[in-house]
Amino acid sequence: MFNIERWQEIFQAIAKNKLRTFLTGVSVASGIFILVILLGAGRGIQNGIQNQFAKDATNKIEIYPGITQKEFKGLGIGRETQFKNRDYEIVTQKFENFIDNRSKLYSVWSGNIVYGKETGTYRIEGVNPNYQFIENASVIAGRFINLSDIEHFEKVAVIGKKVSTDLFKDTKSGIGKNINVSGTIYKVVGVFTDPGGEREESRVFIPVTTAQRAYSAGEDIRSMAFTMPKRDNFDQALAESENFSKQLDKILKERHDIAPDDESALNIQNSLEQAQKIYQLTDIIQAFFWFVGILTIIAGVVGVGNIMLIVVKERTKEIGIRKALGATPYSIIAMILHEAVFITLISGFIGLIFGLLLWAGIGPFIESDFFSHPEVDFNIALTTVILLTVAGAFAGFIPAYKAAKIRPIVALRDE
Amino acid sequence: MIEIKDLHKSYQTGSSSLHVLKGINFNVAEGELVAIMGSSGSGKSTLLNILGILDEADSGSYILDGVPIKNLNETVASRYRNKFLGFVFQSFNLINYKTALDNVALPLYYQGVNAKDRAEIAMSYLEKVGLASHSHHLPNELSGGQKQRVAIARALASHPKVLLADEPTGALDTTTSYEVMELIQGINDEGKTILIVTHEPDIAAMCKRNVILKDGLIIEDKQIVQQRAKLYV
Ligand SMILES: Nc1ncnc2c1ncn2[C@@H]1O[C@H](COP(=O)(O)OP(=O)(O)OP(=O)(O)O)[C@@H](O)[C@H]1O
Ligand SMILES: [Mg+2]
Repeated sequence: MFNIERWQEIFQAIAKNKLRTFLTGVSVASGIFILVILLGAGRGIQNGIQNQFAKDATNKIEIYPGITQKEFKGLGIGRETQFKNRDYEIVTQKFENFIDNRSKLYSVWSGNIVYGKETGTYRIEGVNPNYQFIENASVIAGRFINLSDIEHFEKVAVIGKKVSTDLFKDTKSGIGKNINVSGTIYKVVGVFTDPGGEREESRVFIPVTTAQRAYSAGEDIRSMAFTMPKRDNFDQALAESENFSKQLDKILKERHDIAPDDESALNIQNSLEQAQKIYQLTDIIQAFFWFVGILTIIAGVVGVGNIMLIVVKERTKEIGIRKALGATPYSIIAMILHEAVFITLISGFIGLIFGLLLWAGIGPFIESDFFSHPEVDFNIALTTVILLTVAGAFAGFIPAYKAAKIRPIVALRDE
Repeated sequence: MIEIKDLHKSYQTGSSSLHVLKGINFNVAEGELVAIMGSSGSGKSTLLNILGILDEADSGSYILDGVPIKNLNETVASRYRNKFLGFVFQSFNLINYKTALDNVALPLYYQGVNAKDRAEIAMSYLEKVGLASHSHHLPNELSGGQKQRVAIARALASHPKVLLADEPTGALDTTTSYEVMELIQGINDEGKTILIVTHEPDIAAMCKRNVILKDGLIIEDKQIVQQRAKLYV
């Protein structure tokens, strides 16, 4: 393959036929370029969606109350389900071995918070210490709610990053300060971030026991949240969490006199089921981009094949001359293919580099909730270039073979 | 050098078949300078192309320097063309993107001669045809006569046994034609076997032997007294 004499012949032909070279190159380079763009966009969307989803621990199960829609044991419809501390205790005892993190919650959708002249409305959530892990929240200053806070009904608050910057202008100077939450003074003990972003960071966590007392809830709780232990096997994890959801549903319905088939009296959200849907969605998106990408490559190959056909047609006379001077059919095929492969490879790389540069250049600027890190697997892109080159060589082989077969006398007559 | 017996060639055009060569018998010895003449369509080019292994006869035998030329595959045919034959065409057939030097060097490339030697040999042939100063010109920067001289240099570069020229002066004016003939006569004087197809009696007169074709047969084959082109230039 490495024959310096032949390379010289090819460079001469390439240099003297710039337009032809340029056209072949552009069709190949744009094909690869488009593929890189598509793959990057696909990956960006996939990352974006997965980030959205990563806002909570992936194996999270939450139970919210609903309103009955079916009569049961003589009780009418339209009853609001109200969870009590007892529900939480029974569930946690019964499923002690199934669950990992757990928390009962008493939340207030909008609580007025005042610090000095600053004031704002945020969601207040009374939670257990475990809730940090259920939410995937990370403490960036101070600490989270702890067991002692729960036991002693401490008036302490862990505030979201957004809340902190709103009230204190930064993310740590609020620690130790007192804030007024719905008329009660709380001491800020921590600041957290959440992968869910600003919306999730606009919350204030307080001990659930404190919340129940502050809002005169008595034994009432609003919801419960759990995580399941991590499993390596997604299907196993999914089966376990579905099983848990089902049993939870059964027990709570019995306790609250809800018809077993009443779909709206309890809302159980199983994040693994959602995860599965999202994985399927991103798979579909990826598959779509691949599909379009492969079509682009096929178009590129057809383009290369076409150009090779034109090249051979255009060079028929030259081929005739070369054959009259002693070129063997093999040397004609080698000459045409060598040129085709060389041009395809070089322009493939150019397209690849431009595509990668484009993503490197604009990628960081189009960070959004549903699009992030639009990277392209270099190996995949490289494989595609090589694939295109091989395919281009095959596409070029047919016209090259035909050219080699033309009888010199016929080729020479070509004008 | 060339032995031909009962050579036949027909062309198939659609359903009809045109019998162009109808039994040619003809020998050429080493060092001859032969003019093949005849009216248009008499089969001169067809004959020359068969001699040049650019085309194949339907029947008959052709022996080139002791080698039977029959049923060759294209690879062997290419090798024989490269080794045994040099071509000069009416329309020059230079490769338009190659310089005069590179054109002359091309047959040597197919002989596997390395680049340095190629350039040297090609240059010596360009000198021989008086175009050393034009070695880096492209064909479209040369006059018709110059192009034909480059083509002759190219035909000679591979050191062939036989030089075949199909109307080499057909596209040239009289003076230029005579210059080219002078060159050809000089090459023949050195012992090269040369066959020229021509229409022009004055060109034929500058050869040593005239063969006249008519309707696919040789009707006349005579040795003549060669006119030196130099006298007319
Ligand atoms: N490829 C071909 N297919 C069909 N017929 C052909 C082909 N090549 C030549 N012929 C025919 O064969 C006959 C001889 O052609 P040839 O080219 O040998 O003539 P020629 O003597 O060289 O004529 P000219 O002096 O015009 O060049 C002509 O009638 C021509 O039309
Ligand atoms: Mg002719």
